[in-house]
Amino acid sequence: MTTYFTREHEWIAVEGDVAKVGITDYAQAQLGDIVFVEVPAAGTTVAKGKEAAVVESVKAASDIYAPVSGEIVEGNAALEGDPALANTAPETEGWFFKLTLSDPGELEGLMDETAYKAFVDGL
Amino acid sequence: MREEDVPEIIETLPLDSWHRAKGGRMVAFAGYHMPIQYEGIIAEHQWTRTSAGLFDVSHMGQLTLAGANADAALETILPGDIRGLSEGKMRYSLLLGEEGGILDDLMVTRLPGGNPFGEAASDFYIVVNGATKWDDIAYLHEQLPEPLVLNHHGDQALLALQGPKAVDALARLAPGVADLSFMEAGAFTIAGVSAWVSRSGYTGEDGYEISIPQGAAEAVADALLAQPEVKPIGLGARDSLRLEAGLPLYGHDLDEKIDPASAALGFAVPKRRRAEGGFPGAERTIGYFKEGAPSKRVGLMIEGRQPAREGATIYDGHEAVGTITSGGFSPTLQVPIAMGYVSTDRSALSTTLEVDVRGKRLTATVAPMPFVPQRYVRKGAK
Repeated sequence: MTTYFTREHEWIAVEGDVAKVGITDYAQAQLGDIVFVEVPAAGTTVAKGKEAAVVESVKAASDIYAPVSGEIVEGNAALEGDPALANTAPETEGWFFKLTLSDPGELEGLMDETAYKAFVDGL
Repeated sequence: MREEDVPEIIETLPLDSWHRAKGGRMVAFAGYHMPIQYEGIIAEHQWTRTSAGLFDVSHMGQLTLAGANADAALETILPGDIRGLSEGKMRYSLLLGEEGGILDDLMVTRLPGGNPFGEAASDFYIVVNGATKWDDIAYLHEQLPEPLVLNHHGDQALLALQGPKAVDALARLAPGVADLSFMEAGAFTIAGVSAWVSRSGYTGEDGYEISIPQGAAEAVADALLAQPEVKPIGLGARDSLRLEAGLPLYGHDLDEKIDPASAALGFAVPKRRRAEGGFPGAERTIGYFKEGAPSKRVGLMIEGRQPAREGATIYDGHEAVGTITSGGFSPTLQVPIAMGYVSTDRSALSTTLEVDVRGKRLTATVAPMPFVPQRYVRKGAK
């Protein structure tokens, strides 16, 4: 399994042609208390860089973008009942959705963990 | 270069480094760097509802108005009963523009002698919003007659201590404050600093607002924070607390196009003023109080968990009937709440409407405000 990161503070863990997507710890800290998450339904097609999910914190609504194109396999149903999972476990149980990649080539250009850490430190 | 490209100069307040040292995340608000949160909005919100929260509201404008018949002059631009205000008592009022729209909302206190502003007995202390203070000052200069003197106390900081245990914390430093009733104010000494303290606030809880010289702001903030009941609270929780309390936020729920009747602020226009008029837009506003305004500010409970934010359109079927002006998630009720304006024929309690949130229709029900009961302490109230 390889994990990549985006400049929009999403992580994508890829295993074969399936990937799991969520927001980083930095993202959840910036958003503050998360009170609502809307994840895409299975079967939905998402495009790289386009809106795929919505996160509402006490302060504001934010779009979550698909780091790569593909078809949604599963949205994390646990976030509906307990949206705070995205704060407390953003990189584990608080994942947003799983998708099948339509173009693995899109992974090129995403950051690895070291590059993402350097990117965040520079913010 | 377009106007919006001109970088706004963001100023710092007296407690800037104090907030940063306490872990405050700073944002630009009303032209100042201010803390949006420390440990988190929900935790800070709950702390204020159960203990005592310390807010820095030094961005607000602190004014005094001195001179004979200042009360009558104020009544030409405020629709409240200013003449009937006795020394040491304060009221919420509305600064009205020439057409009767709301230019700002404010607190006005009739000062007793011996106040720390150096004004005479019967002069007035007025606290206005930070984002509007410069326009307010210009308008007041324009509207008030020459012999009156308006002073802007830009050298004063303003703190708010809010919550059910605010009285315990503050009374330990200044015992007399426990004897103030809601909407009363007086001069006290806190940690050796001369302070003007009122029992008032913007959270729906009991609490105090404390005006002190800016050079002493850190010493007073430290003395308050040393009390076990007190934690620093940011602007984020200030907003969620006031929304639960049903209190409007100027620039969002109130603006210069809205009159006091549409804003459902009838308590700010008492019987005598409705009978006598004599404030801008009186004829229209009084008519609206009698017969109903075309639209009205209401509270809304949103079904589900997704908040409806400012700007969202309110529908009754296909018909757009209003707009959300403030909306968020209520940490106390654990549901989304909002306030907004709807056409008056849709404003009755329990009316079911819909709000368009990002292309999705959420069910919204007109609900009484405050959403969370206010807990003001009125001494000797019967």
